[in-house]
Amino acid sequence: MSASAAEPTVGVRRRRHLSWALALPLGWVLLVAILAITADWLGLPDPAAQELIQRRKPPSTEYLLGTDNLGRDMLSRIIYGARTSLIVGICAPFLGFLIGGAIGISAGYFRGKIDLLAVGFIDVLLAFPALVLALTFTAYLGQSLFNVTLALGILSIPAAARVSRANTLAWANRDFVLAARTIGASNWRILTREILPNVLPAMFAFWLVAISVIIVAEGALSFLGLGIPAPQPSWGGMIADGREALDVAPHTALIPAAVMFLTVLSLNFLGDMVRNLVDPRRSAL
Amino acid sequence: MTDLLRITDLNVEYPVGGGRHVHAVSDVTLAVRHGETLGLVGESGSGKSSLARALLQLPPPQRGSVLFDGNELTQMRGEALRAVRPRLQMIFQDPIASLNPRRRVAEIVAEPLIVSGVRDPAERTRRVRAVMEAVGLDPDVVWARRPHEFSGGQCQRIAIARALVLEPKLIVCDEPVSALDVSIRAQILNLLEDMKARFGLTLLFIAHDLAVVKSVSDRVAVMYLGKLCEVADSASLFATPAHPYTAALMAAIPEPDPDVPLGDTKLKPGDPPSPLDPPSGCRFRTRCPHAVDRCAAEVPPLREIAAGREVACHFPLIG
Amino acid sequence: MSGAVSGGPLLSVRDARVGFGTVRGLLRAVDGVSFDLQAGRTLGVVGESGSGKSVLVRSLIGLVGGGSGAVVGGQVLLEGQDLRGLSAAGLREVLGRDIGIVFQDPMTSLNPVMKIGRQIGEGLQLNRGLDGAAAARRAVELLAEVGIPEPERRAVQYPHELSGGMRQRVAIAIAIACEPKLLIADEPTTALDVTVQRQILDLLQREQRQRGMAMILITHDLGVAAGRADDIMVMYAGRAVEMATTREIFRGPRMPYTEALLRSLPRLSDVAHTRLSAIPGRPPDLARRGMGCAFAPRCTYRSDRCETEEPALTRDGARGFACFNPLAAGSRVVA
Repeated sequence: MSASAAEPTVGVRRRRHLSWALALPLGWVLLVAILAITADWLGLPDPAAQELIQRRKPPSTEYLLGTDNLGRDMLSRIIYGARTSLIVGICAPFLGFLIGGAIGISAGYFRGKIDLLAVGFIDVLLAFPALVLALTFTAYLGQSLFNVTLALGILSIPAAARVSRANTLAWANRDFVLAARTIGASNWRILTREILPNVLPAMFAFWLVAISVIIVAEGALSFLGLGIPAPQPSWGGMIADGREALDVAPHTALIPAAVMFLTVLSLNFLGDMVRNLVDPRRSAL
Repeated sequence: MTDLLRITDLNVEYPVGGGRHVHAVSDVTLAVRHGETLGLVGESGSGKSSLARALLQLPPPQRGSVLFDGNELTQMRGEALRAVRPRLQMIFQDPIASLNPRRRVAEIVAEPLIVSGVRDPAERTRRVRAVMEAVGLDPDVVWARRPHEFSGGQCQRIAIARALVLEPKLIVCDEPVSALDVSIRAQILNLLEDMKARFGLTLLFIAHDLAVVKSVSDRVAVMYLGKLCEVADSASLFATPAHPYTAALMAAIPEPDPDVPLGDTKLKPGDPPSPLDPPSGCRFRTRCPHAVDRCAAEVPPLREIAAGREVACHFPLIG
Repeated sequence: MSGAVSGGPLLSVRDARVGFGTVRGLLRAVDGVSFDLQAGRTLGVVGESGSGKSVLVRSLIGLVGGGSGAVVGGQVLLEGQDLRGLSAAGLREVLGRDIGIVFQDPMTSLNPVMKIGRQIGEGLQLNRGLDGAAAARRAVELLAEVGIPEPERRAVQYPHELSGGMRQRVAIAIAIACEPKLLIADEPTTALDVTVQRQILDLLQREQRQRGMAMILITHDLGVAAGRADDIMVMYAGRAVEMATTREIFRGPRMPYTEALLRSLPRLSDVAHTRLSAIPGRPPDLARRGMGCAFAPRCTYRSDRCETEEPALTRDGARGFACFNPLAAGSRVVA
């Protein structure tokens, strides 16, 4: 065994591998986010402007990503759609994590009756068919960006509560929590100083994954005609529109689908990566 | 010497599912005197750790009294209990798990000061530095690091610093060296002895290793399946154990010396009974070489058989 | 080691090495360890966590390597046959037939969803060609032999229905079922209470003697090794630093680490509050080993040479020690 010869290669290869796996998804997500934020200053054509003569054009120099069924510029719609999808994708799980996280952490820390109530609440919410709940919600309150976000946010409460409860359970039994009690720390202080810093990273990683789930869910709602109302573009809505012309102009559905796929995949990658990196024992990597 | 801590008829039960309860500690009466180290010995399931947590009211025991430094802890709640806590500290078995991995060492050691209302940051820094130096940590080196950067022995020093920073009267040490490497144990045991002398501490030292317990204890209490078997000063207990279980424990210890013949535990074959379903009468009778019918029928009370020697056995080996 | 029996040692290990690639570089968990084990003898492998004792023994039987990213080197000869050269299937055959293993935690080494009798019989069917009924009968006999009361009833129970000590007895029954020539016990009693530990060690020793098996007993507890091993190999930072008969190790250690370790132990014969002679410092980080002796920073006998050069294991007849400044032969430690 040539131990010394193996030494440098092992380290170097590992590090390079790590950086590419981080750079590609991070780069994609940043690109999408920056385009979405700066969409108004990019000089893009109006994403709602219809030009029926130019409908279903394949990608060309004039229309970089082609046009859709109503002759709207696909590139512009993708970028403005990113805005919608990201707003829903980021805000809905954030809402869910705010409420679900509070429920889960209290349940995991206090146990007993609070835990029973919380678990019961989560189970009831889970037992409700998710899509039906969201459909009812948007059907009654009306289709708007806010209502879709609210509906999807409520749907993400159970998952958030479960993740935070399981993590809290694991940390709350550690001796350092007992040590905090022996010095007379209040429950609030223990929750905020001892438990939360340990639970947050796991929740952050899960939040990244939840963003991708919500983007897909918004797509599903749009597909059913109950997503973000036209003419505001969203990726899900674009796929739903493109479905009609899948045989004659497949790019109208496939391009937004590919963009959504790459974004969701990148977020999942980042979620896994974050979970590993924030572990203090492994952060030395 | 007067008692700093007096536990009377302490009972700890906890549910184990299926509506069943483990009676982890059963009618234990025990006193810890000012300035002494009381060793508490027992195997797994003896209830020694449950006893430690119950006397700290984490959680409070089901029945019984814990009188600490003039305060009846079982009657205290909320703020009143929190005010007593700084005088009663604990050191844990797993030093790494007993430190929050996300906080820096200085924060961990300063936390008790913050909680107990030391508002002046300069004062806190001064006291944290002083206690770090006392336990053999270089404040400048460890200050901003996190626990995972340290070995088990160093983490145990940090935990000891955290326990000492409030200048407690009693420290409960729950197996403080059993998770440490053999070559590190002596360092930590010596440190505990030094700290005891320097800060005038009283220690309740819980361990399963008799040699370790003997090296630090003035008196020793032996527990088996939630009950006390024997309490005596360290020298007499190890010279002439009065309870057959104490004798068996001593005989079972493998001495690090090939010329010391292996002792005869005289135990009946078989494993310790489950704490869920302890035997009637004397709990040790299923393994005791001297057990007779009376042992099954009658619970032997803890009684004094000589000055300072208490034993819970119908037929003690001495006296 | 001690007096060669005709036909040579049962197990001969030459220059065993195990390295793990980590981001901080190659971690040499086991760094060139050689030893012989004669049939019927017990070798105690003593060391602290990170000393490489468990990794060494697991690497001998192919439990380290493959997927774990470990680099394994050296030669392992069991009755002259090199185990390192065997195919996976060939190694499995040797393991099933000639080597029995008992691990620290019987709760994880036993299959929780298989009845105890079947777990014992499985190896017999596989390696000894017994049919199901014969294997089941033999399993009950083995349970009785390892001291489990009501073996017929226990044979149809699952591991969780047994206490820790009972489970370890079952693990021993599985290990000895196929009449191995070598029994490897990796911290077999660390998870158990003192009184139960005693019974399990008694059982291991009895089985080892009756069957004439060789045994490797891995432990961090010098007391356990003192009472059970014929010879002892002390490991520190991945190397064997001292090898001798048990008596020599405890009565006249040559390597300062062994001596310091023995001195640091609290003993029942000492009066209370006897100051322990602690070893300063702590074991080295294996990924950042310097060039000298790994124990040098903690050693009271160190010289300049210890910091720049790594001492090899010097043989003095049957015993060996890795030190430039060994203690005089016959120097007695404590008591």
